[in-house]
Amino acid sequence: MKDVFSKNPEFYKDSYTIYVCGVGGQGIIKTSAIIGNGAMNEGKNVVMSEIHGMSQRGGVVSTELKIGNYKSSLIEEFGSDMIIGFEPIEVVRSLNKANKDTKILININPIIPPNIGSQKNSYPNIDETIAILKDNYNHVHTIDGNQIAKKVGSLLTLNMVLLGAATADETFPISKDNIISSMKDNLKPKAHEMNIRAIEKGYENVKSLTNF
Amino acid sequence: MELKKLLTDNPGKKLFLLGNEAAVRGAVEAGVSIAATYPGTPSSEIGTILYHIAKDANMYFEFSVNEKVAMEITSTAAVSGLRSFTFMKHVGLNVASDSFMTTAYSGVNGGMIILTADDPSMFSSQNEQDNRHYGRLAKLPVLEPSNPQEIKDMMIYGFELSERFKIPVIIRTTTRISHMRGIVELGEIKKPVDNTLKLFDNVQWKKGFFEKNPDRYVPVPGNAAKMHKNLILKLENIKKLDTKLNRIYPSSNTSKKKFKFRLGIISSGSSFNYVYDFVNKYNLNMDILKLGFTYPFPEKEVLKFIKDLDGVFVVEEVDPIMENEVLSIIGKNQLKISVFGKLNSIFPMIYEFSPDIILNSFENFYKVADRTHDIKKIADEFSKKEININEYDRSTRVGNIELDGLIENLPNRPPTLCAGCPHRSTYFAAKRAIEELEISEDDVVFASDIGCYTLGINPPYQTADYLLSMGSSVGDGGGFSKATNQLVMSFIGDSTFFHSGISPLINGIHNKDEFVLTILDNRTTAMTGGQPNPGIDVDGMGDPAPEVSIEKIAISTGAEFVKLINPLNLKKTIETYKEAINFDGVSVIIAKYPCTLIKGLKKKKPMEIDYNKCNQCLDCVKLLACPAISIKDGRTFIDYFNCRGCTTCTQVCREQAIKVKLLKT
Repeated sequence: MKDVFSKNPEFYKDSYTIYVCGVGGQGIIKTSAIIGNGAMNEGKNVVMSEIHGMSQRGGVVSTELKIGNYKSSLIEEFGSDMIIGFEPIEVVRSLNKANKDTKILININPIIPPNIGSQKNSYPNIDETIAILKDNYNHVHTIDGNQIAKKVGSLLTLNMVLLGAATADETFPISKDNIISSMKDNLKPKAHEMNIRAIEKGYENVKSLTNF
Repeated sequence: MELKKLLTDNPGKKLFLLGNEAAVRGAVEAGVSIAATYPGTPSSEIGTILYHIAKDANMYFEFSVNEKVAMEITSTAAVSGLRSFTFMKHVGLNVASDSFMTTAYSGVNGGMIILTADDPSMFSSQNEQDNRHYGRLAKLPVLEPSNPQEIKDMMIYGFELSERFKIPVIIRTTTRISHMRGIVELGEIKKPVDNTLKLFDNVQWKKGFFEKNPDRYVPVPGNAAKMHKNLILKLENIKKLDTKLNRIYPSSNTSKKKFKFRLGIISSGSSFNYVYDFVNKYNLNMDILKLGFTYPFPEKEVLKFIKDLDGVFVVEEVDPIMENEVLSIIGKNQLKISVFGKLNSIFPMIYEFSPDIILNSFENFYKVADRTHDIKKIADEFSKKEININEYDRSTRVGNIELDGLIENLPNRPPTLCAGCPHRSTYFAAKRAIEELEISEDDVVFASDIGCYTLGINPPYQTADYLLSMGSSVGDGGGFSKATNQLVMSFIGDSTFFHSGISPLINGIHNKDEFVLTILDNRTTAMTGGQPNPGIDVDGMGDPAPEVSIEKIAISTGAEFVKLINPLNLKKTIETYKEAINFDGVSVIIAKYPCTLIKGLKKKKPMEIDYNKCNQCLDCVKLLACPAISIKDGRTFIDYFNCRGCTTCTQVCREQAIKVKLLKT
């Protein structure tokens, strides 16, 4: 079908959209606020949407960040430049926001839904899931974020490991240094040192790869 | 973000704020003296933040027992000359509405803002009522921000407006605005404390003075008649205001005229963000009139905007309120302008909008327009369509068959009770008691209420059959006991019981109802993020406070069966439920155990499975649906990182295969 409207390239200049998804309790909202804060510190316009669902923990959590000329904080269908996925099937759930060229970062550690025993569908095999994603999208990068976070010192740093990994991508609009300084604005001083290491380790993990 | 930043007088400084944080900053800048709320999402964070900073902001803040009391606390502050601020979710205003309607009549002296946070698409609510109607119902001005900066700015403007016309002002947000983050430029902080007015040394906030004037403040019929007249006059004067909150965003494209007819857009709130991006993304030749001051409806500005147009889109979420206003203006002025909105199915009648819904709606319009090139014909075609209540149909994804299969068969992840949540144990025990008494599930009606425990709707608990509103489980319990012969079990939380469960309990005792009422006392208002309530020994200022006993309240209603239990003791809890079910009359069980998310609780040792004893019956997985228990590599598994050591699974296990974890991993 022919598009009714044609896009105005001027509007999209310097625009970058990031969809962050996972499970409640993984630090997704904090991560997104740090990205947004970092974008603001770089003088960019940024809007973000977050939904606090019914459950304190354990439910689906996602945030949307839009850097550029936008007023609306919701990403269009197929419109993400990057997806930062904290949990594999939550990435699959977010694919209506992805296009072939979306950078998709996936923490490969599954969180099995607690109601899995009472629902029809079972949790899919991770390797097969990743293979299907790679068949369909050009930039899928997997990372064992939990392991890196544990090595850094705490599973609680998972979110900064994944954020560090995201900053390593050349398209990511905010520098690693600005992300670190934004993290310091948002986390308690005693947590800074460990989280800087988490960002660095995540960053190194992606830098060692070529195709992301 | 450090909350202190919200208190720093640093005009010009930019912060990346949540809409709710911006509301707090607005209250601080405006020098609010008294604030009150009952927590409710999407406005909850405002209260959570004020709880932490009220003292430093020289503000009195309380979590009132319900929204009606919060309305009364802030109305009295405002008539006493203080700036006051109350905020609540949309349905909270229903609870507050009785006093709300009259506060419009009595008016204010100090400024008063009532922030109502609507929830289109019902992310965490029982309905998606459009509270802009409340502005019309009470005849109070309504301001509609589109982003966090506007929330803050409208707080400041709203207080000035409120004081100038001695009228409370409504700020109406939606989830998408309250839970949006954006860049907010701070303004100056109005000095909040006037020490000369301080009456007591131990008070940290400014005190006012109430000057008696019964003609104005006591709405006996004779007075009320005058007050209503006065209110109408205030609104007429407000209509004459010139406000910067309504402004035109001209199209940057003036050359490309696609059609012979001229189109424009009127929008507000979140919808404005979508249409602004839409028009600019595609560089369309349409001006947008953004309305920030939406009631009294700015007739003159709207008339000026539409009079040279042939067609106008009215883009608004939930109800077609502005659309009807625009139609009325066109009718009154006998204009020939076609209106395109919800009433002729251009836009969906329900749910929140999104960039895709807006694009899709305009595409549908343009397809017809490209075919006919005649505004009249387009209008005729759309007016014949059935009302649009379809969910936006997502386009097919860009992927192969395997990807489609993966997406179609994806397990869902509904919100769940947390690991270690005491409600799980209560629900398990109640259902086990019913089973042991051999009562069929169909013969039990579970009347549920508003809180985390509503999650009991899901398997395996299935303990929510009927729900109306805050506190309704108690009245519904009475109703079902009169209407049916079924066993009725009502569940209500501690905070919800205080909010509106007490009066219906009195009703049930007096009217000889028969139901089992469980008050799930988890020592906090958990669902909205853990705010204190009257059952806790802390108040909204963070100061020590008298703890109100639920048990004593229950006993004082005349209830003869009142049992306080620890739900984590399953055996005792099951026995208590059996007694309660067999009791004639209203039986009250208070299941008291703290929410696992309360900070500072002593951490219990996690559990593990002894695979020598486990026979893989999966009872622990299937009967409890605990997030810490799952199946890994084909066998049951307890995630020690998530386990809170509540021991419910240990008690459920028939093989005694679940024990305290011994080895440190």
